[in-house]
Amino acid sequence: MSSAALFGYCGAALVGVGLFGLVTHPEVLRKILAFNLLGSGVFLLFGVIARRGAAAGLAADPVPQALVITGIVVAFSATAMAVALLVRLNQATGQVAMSTDDPPLGQ
Amino acid sequence: MTPDALADGTTADGYLLVLSIIFPVIGILLSMALGGRHVERIALIFLLAGLAVAIAVFAAILRDSQLIYVVGNWEPPLGIALRADGVSAAMMLTVAVVICATGLYARSEFGQTDGKVSTRGSYAFWILLLAIWSGLNAVAVGADLFNLYVALELLTFAAVPLVCIKGYDETIKAALRYMLFALLGSVLYLLGAALIYGGYGTLDIALLSNRVQPEPVAWIAAALMTTGLLAKTALFPLHLWLPPAHAGAPAPGSTVLSALVVKGSFILVVRLWFDAMPGLLSFAAAQLLAALGAGAILFGSVLALRQARLKLLIAYSTIAQIGYLFFIFPLASGDSAGTPWANIAWTGGWMQLFSHAFAKAAMFMAAGLIAEALGHDQIADLRGIGRTLPVTIFAFGLAGLSLIGVPPSGGFVAKAMLLSATVMEGQWWWAVIMLVGGLLAGGYVFMVLGKALHANGPPALRASIPRHREVLVLVVALCAVLLGLVPLQPLEVLTIGRPEMHGNVLE
Repeated sequence: MSSAALFGYCGAALVGVGLFGLVTHPEVLRKILAFNLLGSGVFLLFGVIARRGAAAGLAADPVPQALVITGIVVAFSATAMAVALLVRLNQATGQVAMSTDDPPLGQ
Repeated sequence: MTPDALADGTTADGYLLVLSIIFPVIGILLSMALGGRHVERIALIFLLAGLAVAIAVFAAILRDSQLIYVVGNWEPPLGIALRADGVSAAMMLTVAVVICATGLYARSEFGQTDGKVSTRGSYAFWILLLAIWSGLNAVAVGADLFNLYVALELLTFAAVPLVCIKGYDETIKAALRYMLFALLGSVLYLLGAALIYGGYGTLDIALLSNRVQPEPVAWIAAALMTTGLLAKTALFPLHLWLPPAHAGAPAPGSTVLSALVVKGSFILVVRLWFDAMPGLLSFAAAQLLAALGAGAILFGSVLALRQARLKLLIAYSTIAQIGYLFFIFPLASGDSAGTPWANIAWTGGWMQLFSHAFAKAAMFMAAGLIAEALGHDQIADLRGIGRTLPVTIFAFGLAGLSLIGVPPSGGFVAKAMLLSATVMEGQWWWAVIMLVGGLLAGGYVFMVLGKALHANGPPALRASIPRHREVLVLVVALCAVLLGLVPLQPLEVLTIGRPEMHGNVLE
């Protein structure tokens, strides 16, 4: 197995685990962590793509690395904001999970 | 469009696109630098400047038919281009008008002049309003899938705090729910973008349109990106975050969220399927997207009928009206692409987006005034409010006519175009859904109007509403009606930059 393929499979596994966690866990902090795991998988995939030199004629492609840095900044900001909201929710109500009985459908 | 045509680089008025994005950002930076007390004044100045830029972009598009700005003179695929076509220009103009109206409307709630106390809420509101505008303009002119991702994130990061700006427990919860949907949506989109870059070596939309082939990597990428975007557009069944988000948001916040923010990600879905991957939109894929839209229309309308609170009724109506937008996929693509009827459906879909933006903005503003006057927005207790707030209820009614699709209104033009396209292209099943949706919309609009115009009442008012605020709501509703004066023809401006749609006027 080439190293690119190995990293590719690792990325895919991270995406799978992250997606599973994001969908199944009711606790918000776990959801946020799962989102970060999922994001890491995507960033790893960008790394693999850079290694392959997808843009024609380049030995190693610099563009995906620029994309990853931007992606990490975005994911970091998103995480910070979600955690801030969670802390406020916890301070206000003591809750740490999205309850399953809402949103109210009929009223 | 050939790759050679891309090498033109920046066009004469291309800098306007940059201005449209950075003007609001400059406003935000100035607000932060100069401190809290001047935020409203700064915001109002930049609202005017932004409106002027949007009008200039629209005029330039009519004149030159396309605007391009190549950032830093680095040509795609290495660099990033900003590109505006007819749809972008029309979108930017709609956004500018709705944001400016929202800004004027919000002055009484978040204003800082006339001796009002400056609060954290008012400081945040004006900054978030400018941030949303910048994000929407960036979405409208983005020509690179990754750049569009960043634009969409900026839009989300500005929209989520707007939901919980009042700081109540339930609004924080609603904002967190919105945030989680948005997180999932953004990461799925990014994964799709990674696959596309891996497969085709570029994320520039015009370059991709020549390179993408119907093969597994493109299918998977398109599915991931579309799912992510649908979560942000609140299309059924990924709409769960939208009603609670609207329930506790301030009226100007709901206005922007419902009229504009959810449309940002819809534009991306259209860019993806029609511009980046035109060969990929198969019959089955288009039918699936429209089926989700049909589900949204039925589900959203029926639930709107069952709401006890006016704001939630309007929120569920948004879910339903978003559904109509997705009829653009089966009707303007596939075998019918390039025919006059596809052209009609294309125009109808965008008209639905613009007229819904104005109508829904007017409705949420009207609901905000009613809530201010009564201190609540229970539909059952609206009895006779039409006597005390006649202009507001009139505006609500006009906006409602556009949602139902009664002439003369923008909603009528949009739905008539989509409806005739379904019939002429032999996809009559979508016509049935549209007609049922119109009936249901009539049901929930008249449910409110019937109560408001009841002979008993009027109910006791908590606060009186100045007449100029009522007139502002009426002006926004009239914008939705005025769109109805557009002839039932493919609109020239919406086909600018789409060569395959030119010269297909009905005979």
